[in-house]
Amino acid sequence: MKLHEFLPPVSQAVGRVGPNDWVVLSTRVRLARNLRSTLFPDRAKKNDRIRVCSIIRKEVEALPQMASGFAESMDALSAVEKQTLVERHLISREHAMRGAGSALVLSKDTSLSVMINEEDHLRMQSLKPGMQLQEAWVAIDEVDTALSKTLDFAFSDEFGYLTACPTNVGTGIRVSAMLHLPGLVLAEQINRVIQAANELGLAVRGLYGEGTEALGNLFQVSNQRTLGQTEEEIIERVGKVVNNIIENEKNARGLLLQNNPKMVYNHIGRAYGILANSHSISSKETMNLLSLFRLGFDLGFFPGVQRSFIDELFMVTQPAHLQARFAGKLSAEERDIRRADMLREAFRNVERPSMPSDPTSSLDKT
Amino acid sequence: MICKQREARVHLTQIDQGKIKKVDLCEQCAKEKGVDDPTGYALADLLLGLGAPQETTRSSSTATSCRSCGLTATDFKKSGRLGCPDCYATFKDILSGLLESMHRGTRHTGKRPGAGHPPVVASDQLALLQQQLAEAIAVENYEEAARIRDRIKALKSADGRVLSA
Repeated sequence: MKLHEFLPPVSQAVGRVGPNDWVVLSTRVRLARNLRSTLFPDRAKKNDRIRVCSIIRKEVEALPQMASGFAESMDALSAVEKQTLVERHLISREHAMRGAGSALVLSKDTSLSVMINEEDHLRMQSLKPGMQLQEAWVAIDEVDTALSKTLDFAFSDEFGYLTACPTNVGTGIRVSAMLHLPGLVLAEQINRVIQAANELGLAVRGLYGEGTEALGNLFQVSNQRTLGQTEEEIIERVGKVVNNIIENEKNARGLLLQNNPKMVYNHIGRAYGILANSHSISSKETMNLLSLFRLGFDLGFFPGVQRSFIDELFMVTQPAHLQARFAGKLSAEERDIRRADMLREAFRNVERPSMPSDPTSSLDKT
Repeated sequence: MICKQREARVHLTQIDQGKIKKVDLCEQCAKEKGVDDPTGYALADLLLGLGAPQETTRSSSTATSCRSCGLTATDFKKSGRLGCPDCYATFKDILSGLLESMHRGTRHTGKRPGAGHPPVVASDQLALLQQQLAEAIAVENYEEAARIRDRIKALKSADGRVLSA
């Protein structure tokens, strides 16, 4: 089956709901595992990677969780297909750069994803909408337990699960939440929050993880330490911090509306104006404006809109999704034009924001 | 950041004497400093002015290499990546300081692979190694063959899945 036939339509993928999904777009738990007495992927020769890959792939595909799923070698996927998977958060950017000897296995609903021969032999993740860290952990824990019955994982009593990079050793766990924080950014409190999270041993990164920019006011919060704590302790810690950030975001929005409502209205009104009327727009600008549009939705300024409509636009305006829709290689300029066309079309039925201080009454007086 | 003017796009991580150093550079500074191949030099040292000469005073531990994969301590310091699970035993001295600064403890307290389920795939892994051994001998790469033989021995060893790390 081809990837585009397998992947659920964007509208379905973004339509899934979860607790606190007005801030928490998704939560994810990822485990790193390696086979005992086997060279890590980057140290192994290509032929050995291919053999190890097929051993692991066979076991992963046999899992009941992967029934009717998708499995493919990375060299069988096109650049656009790989980038689409990155945009859906189903593979890492690093995995997208791999070819023969690396593979991907997805569950039918795409909530489970196993990357084979990324930096480690296995990188398996569970992705859930909204704040569902515990649920994501339970799901991936089951996959790991099942695989440990057929695959001999490299494990030491002292260091736990052994990984290619010592930053992942021990539990091999990465617990993360994708947060939409326009309030904290507009209130200029985001750096304080990032600093506080860092002090607690958590990393705050951009949309696509390590080394990426925080586009669209989206931030990924995750644990950095993997050794010396249990999985439950790490999940609890990340959960506590994320819940605190949710509270901070709520307060920041409240204070902004109280102290500087015009600034907020101005940002949202202008975002609407450009999204609904531009004829060429970059993916970066689109993300930043859609973030403000989403904030306007949260504040009740767009009563006729569904949140899934906004989240769908976030996804379909990204480069690979756009390329796939217009089947064929588009230049960056052509993409910006197509993107603007798509947004104008989508915004045709979105009414102007109705904000508390709309000047209709004062206009009437003149 | 070095110039503190432009956005940092090049991020370097360097491990030195058990400490992690990070340097963020904009593209222009990266070019000026000749940072094209991040694996080529002890870059962070170079950029932070901490003296490349130290490299010459090699301690005995930098000379060790992993008997299973051939990775040397210098390779590890350059890339920050280990070559195989056995590296954790080989480079235990270097790692212990490093792990202490990275994590909350140096001892694993979390999940363990389920006991009582002998992994059926071990035989597949064994077959794989034996194939590799035959290939290495065929091309007369005896150094590689010796390493593979050690890994086969480790896999067959009676101490189960627990590595003597």
